[in-house]
Amino acid sequence: MQDLTFTHEVAERATGNTKLAITGVVASGNLEVLVERALPEKQCVVKIRTTVRGFDPVWKAVVDGFVERFPTGGLRFSINDGGARPDTVSLRLSQALRLMEKTEQ
Amino acid sequence: MQWHKNRDARDQRIEAGRKLSAGKIVDAQDATRLLEAVICKGDRVCLEGDNQKQADLLSSALLAVNTEFISDLHMVQSGVVLPEHLDLFERGVATKLDYAYSGPQSARIAQMLFGGKIQLGAVHTYLELFARYFIDLTPNVALIAAVSADREGNLYTGPNTEDTPTVVEATAFKDGVVIAQVNEIVANVPRVDIPGDRVHFVVKADKPFFVEPLFTRDPAAITETQILTAMLAIKGIYAPYGVKRLNHGIGFNTAAIELLLPTFGEALGLKGRIASHFALNPHPALIPAIESGWVEQIHSFGSEVGMDDYIRARSDVYFTGPDGSLRSNRAFSQVAGLYACDMFIGSTLQIDLAGNSSTVTTTRIAGFGGAPNMGSDARGRRHPSEPWLQAGKEADPAGLPALRRGRKLVVQIGETFGEKNVPLFVEKLDAIALAEKLNLDLAPVMIYGDDVTHIVTEEGIANLLLCRDPDEREQAIRGVAGYTDVGRGRDKSMVNQLRDRGVIQRPEDLGIDPLQADRNLLAARSIKDIVRWSGGLYAPPSKFRNW
Repeated sequence: MQDLTFTHEVAERATGNTKLAITGVVASGNLEVLVERALPEKQCVVKIRTTVRGFDPVWKAVVDGFVERFPTGGLRFSINDGGARPDTVSLRLSQALRLMEKTEQ
Repeated sequence: MQWHKNRDARDQRIEAGRKLSAGKIVDAQDATRLLEAVICKGDRVCLEGDNQKQADLLSSALLAVNTEFISDLHMVQSGVVLPEHLDLFERGVATKLDYAYSGPQSARIAQMLFGGKIQLGAVHTYLELFARYFIDLTPNVALIAAVSADREGNLYTGPNTEDTPTVVEATAFKDGVVIAQVNEIVANVPRVDIPGDRVHFVVKADKPFFVEPLFTRDPAAITETQILTAMLAIKGIYAPYGVKRLNHGIGFNTAAIELLLPTFGEALGLKGRIASHFALNPHPALIPAIESGWVEQIHSFGSEVGMDDYIRARSDVYFTGPDGSLRSNRAFSQVAGLYACDMFIGSTLQIDLAGNSSTVTTTRIAGFGGAPNMGSDARGRRHPSEPWLQAGKEADPAGLPALRRGRKLVVQIGETFGEKNVPLFVEKLDAIALAEKLNLDLAPVMIYGDDVTHIVTEEGIANLLLCRDPDEREQAIRGVAGYTDVGRGRDKSMVNQLRDRGVIQRPEDLGIDPLQADRNLLAARSIKDIVRWSGGLYAPPSKFRNW
C-alpha cells in the first residue's frame, strides 16, 4: 500500500452543490472515487491509496491534468486504487466530478 | 522454339498424380505420395492458409514428404497460421517465404527469421500478395480447402470462400496444379464456387478443415474507456463527416462502436446517416445494429464461426449464394475496402510521433493482413462522396475544388495504455529496430503516418488533416497521448492552440458526458445478449459460451 496526497490551489469553484458522490469499484485494474464538497472554494485535494507502488510521477501528472482541465475548487477526492491504468483514473475522476456538478434543491 | 513447355510439364505432373487417383479423387492416406508425385524441388507452392480457413490435411501431408526429392520450396501464401506452416522450414521442405499474415505464429516466425531458418521475400498486404500471384509469384502448385466436391472436382467452399478463387485463378490458368482437400465428396455440390476444370485432384479429409473464430469480441470484456473512445469516434468523426461506407478493424474499440450504434448513435439521430454499408467480416457485435435497421449491406472477406444461420436468414444484408449461405471473397472485399469505403477505423499496438503505426514488436511479427490496404488513401479513386470530399478539403483548404483529391478517413483508435500498461504512443517504432536487426529494406509499418487522418484515444480526437506542418502533427499526437511519456512530453501551449482550432477535440468539447461511458450503454453486454438479439440464430463457438 502507498498513500499519496496532492493539494492544488485552483482558480474556480466546482459547479453544482452536491455534497458527496461515489463512483467506480475497488477491483483489479479499477478504482473507487469518493468526492466531498468539504474544502475552501479555491482548494482541491486528491488523496490516493494504491496497491501499486512507484507510480508517483504518473499520479502527479494525472491529477495535475485533471485540475487544469476542469473547475475543481472546494472538492476533496479520495481514491481507493486497485492498480487502474491512467486512462481509467482520468475517466473515473471526470465521472466523479460530473456527479458533483448536479444541483440539489 | 517451344512455347508450351509449362503446359507439358503440368500435364506430366498430373499424369504422375493420376497413378494414385480414381478419377480426380485421392485417398487421404495417399496425400503425401500425391504431393511427392506432383511437386518438384524448388516449386512455388501456395498452401492455402487464409486468416480463417486452413488446408490442414494438405499441410500435414506436405510436411511428411521425403526431403530427398522435395525441398527448397518457395511458399507463397497469405496466412502462416498453423505450426505445420513453419515446421516446413524446420524440416527443410521449404526455404523461402512470401506472406501477409501470421497472427498465432507471430512469435515463432520472428524467432525463425532471426535464426535464419526462413529466407523472407516480403511481408505483404493480402491484396498485394494476390496481385503478385499474377505477376511474379504465380504458384506451380496450389493446395486448397473446400467443404465439398463432386466427382468432376467442382468445389463448394461454404461461407469461407476467402482466398480460394484468387489462388485457383492464378494457378490453374498459368499451367499450375490445383489440389483440394474437402470435407466430403457428394453427388452434387450445393453451389459451384470453383469450377471443376480448374481442380486436378481432390483429397477427402477425415475431419473438417480448421476454421478459427477471429472476429468474435465478447462484449463482457469491453471497458468503459473503450466505450468513451467509441462515443468520441461516433460523435466526433462518423457524425460530422456522415460516414456511411466503411470498414472496421477487429479490436474491442470498434466492437464498442458497433454496440453503441443502436443506443448512443440512435439517441444522436444518426440512424440512416452513418454506418450503413460495410466491407466487413460477419462480426457478431454488429447484430444489434443490423436488427435495429442500421445496416443496409455488408460484403465479407471471409465468414465467422457461428454466424451461418444468421447470415442465411438475413440475405438482404449479406451476399449469399443460390444455396443460401454466405459467399465471401477476400480479394473483392479488399478492393471494396480500398476503393468503395470512405473510412477505415482500427486499433494498433504502436503509434509514433509522425503517426506511423505498427503491430510489430521486437519479438512478434504478426504481418499485415488487410489493414494497410484498408487503411490507405486510394490514389486511383475518382468517384466523389461527401466524407471523401470533406476530408480532402480539410487537408487542402486552398486547393481548387475541381482538382482537389478527396481523402479517405483513416482512423486509429485505442486507449493510451494497452495490455500490461504498455504505452500506445512511442518515440520510435519497434518495427524500425526489427528492420535493422533483420537487415530489411523496409520497416514493417502497418499504416503510414501520411495516410492517417485521425487518432482517437480516451483523451480526445486529433484531426491530422488540419495540421499544417510536422510540428503541429507531432503536438496533435502528443495532445491525445494521455499520460504516456509521449503525452507528458507535449508543448502545452501549442496543444491548447490546436484545441482552440479544433485540431484536438476533448470529450467535453464534443458535449460527451463521461457518466454515459458506462457498460449499460452497450446494446449487448455479453455473448448471450447477442444471441438474444439474433433471435437464437447466432450460435457462438463453445469458447465464447459461459452458460
